[in-house]
Amino acid sequence: MSISSARRDRSVAHRQRALMVSIGAVLGVGALITAFPFIWMIATSIKPQQESVEFPPTILPQQPTLEWYVHLFTDLDFGRYLVNTVIVVLIGFIGLFLMAMAGYAFAKFDFRGRRWMFFLVLATMMIPIQVTMIPTYLILNGMKLTNTLVGIALPTLVSGFSIFLFRQFMSTIPTEMLEAARLDGAGEFRTFWQIVLPMSGPILAVQVVLTFISGWNSFLWPLIIASDQKLYTLSVGLALLNKQLAVNPGLQMAAASVMVLPILIVFIVFQRYVIQGFALSGLK
Amino acid sequence: MRNRLTPYLFVSPALLLLVAFGIFPILVAAVISTTNMNISAFASWSNVKFIGMDNYTKLFADPTFWQALGNTGTFALFGVPAIVLLSLGVALLLNRSQSRFFRSLRAFYFIPAITAIVAISLVWGYLYNTQFGLLNYLLSLVGIDQVQWLSNPLLAKFSVALVAVWRGTGLNIIIFLAAVQGVPKEYLEAASLDGAGEWKKTFAIVIPLLRFAIFFVVVTTTISWLQFFDEPFVLTDGGPLGATTSASIFLYKQGFRLNQFGYASAGSIVLFAIIAVITLIQLRLRRADDEY
Repeated sequence: MSISSARRDRSVAHRQRALMVSIGAVLGVGALITAFPFIWMIATSIKPQQESVEFPPTILPQQPTLEWYVHLFTDLDFGRYLVNTVIVVLIGFIGLFLMAMAGYAFAKFDFRGRRWMFFLVLATMMIPIQVTMIPTYLILNGMKLTNTLVGIALPTLVSGFSIFLFRQFMSTIPTEMLEAARLDGAGEFRTFWQIVLPMSGPILAVQVVLTFISGWNSFLWPLIIASDQKLYTLSVGLALLNKQLAVNPGLQMAAASVMVLPILIVFIVFQRYVIQGFALSGLK
Repeated sequence: MRNRLTPYLFVSPALLLLVAFGIFPILVAAVISTTNMNISAFASWSNVKFIGMDNYTKLFADPTFWQALGNTGTFALFGVPAIVLLSLGVALLLNRSQSRFFRSLRAFYFIPAITAIVAISLVWGYLYNTQFGLLNYLLSLVGIDQVQWLSNPLLAKFSVALVAVWRGTGLNIIIFLAAVQGVPKEYLEAASLDGAGEWKKTFAIVIPLLRFAIFFVVVTTTISWLQFFDEPFVLTDGGPLGATTSASIFLYKQGFRLNQFGYASAGSIVLFAIIAVITLIQLRLRRADDEY
């Protein structure tokens, strides 16, 4: 091989490297811009009021303070909103359990009506919330469930898509294992509880994380159903803060941080499940 | 013999909830939309009267409804290509290297997709603030005067949509990345041997193979723009002068601020029909495309 071609190879490799570095730089800047609002939120949440409305703004807090967080939980009712949000999330987990049961039945039983029931499940995935918003409110009102935490959680308690995912996964559980459990005298529910659920670990993990995120973030139903301030969730409390205190960004950003930080922690810890879950949602 | 009721016991709780809050409300909405139902119905049901198609006639003569539909159309028209191109571009670039650095960047792009829109909108509202917002400060550095991000009717549309674009890309990047990784390596290697450059390989091989993913993202993104609600609700409450009132905001205000349940239900049925028709057209286009 001639010297010149070796040199050319080296210059190609060099160019490739330079290209990769510049792509990395562009993506890095993009990632920084994407993450910036969160950095700004946290930085502002620990600035005193005067500093947060200063012009030009300071990037890093000069006199860090936790007063806004204290204010949220003492003067404002964010402690209660937090408890309400946690309760809504926990009710969501009951829904998760019901969806796992349904997915199991669709996957492992042959019964009359299975086909059209499953079609019904899939059909509900296409119905936008705006159509069901008003009638659902009226239905809940008729059931005397407006202004209750159960009422907030009920409309989104089960989703067709989650049932579909459970069914897909549970179809792969060997039927012999279920038969063996039944031969040992286990009841149907015990088989489900002791064999099916433990074997569905991966899909359960994905769904638990997704249920937590959607319950924690839910906004429209708490907004519609809770008119009593005692029943506000964090999202509704936060949205109203926007209107009440437009001049105190520090307080707003502290409240936003209270909502966002738990999700960030869940994301960092369970990143694999979250991304897997959302990638799965691309399959529907 | 095993109990034949078992599967029904397992299915029924979830199915009952789905029917009660997924299927049944559509029927209720259709019925209510033909009545004059409003807040007085809570006092006595005798106040509810059948008025036929009146709500629909009124709706189509209502300029604010047309404005909301027009806004929604504008949002979708600009928002769908923005989100699809941006997330496709970032996914293709992210896929260029499997190094630790590139992999860790994914998380950054993804975070906006899972954080509460309400919280995020507040943060953006602060960034957009006319007097002390960071954006106006940065612009003042290059000599641009205070920009009315949220109070200029035209600009407010852009500002509100930008937040949604920022939020909407993360999930689609994940979907595109999963799809790009499914492109067989042999195809790309063969093209390289034939002397195809990176651009050529991307446009002649990767993008055609991503057709299904692109189609999927276009459909879901279109639907989500047609349902656009949270960002304008928190940032502008549909203003200024209704410039950011999406169809969903219109329905919310008619239904829950003005308590015009019948009228709002008629609007929701129309929105449902529009979403269904657009989805069907897209599916049809996809099928026509498949025949080649």
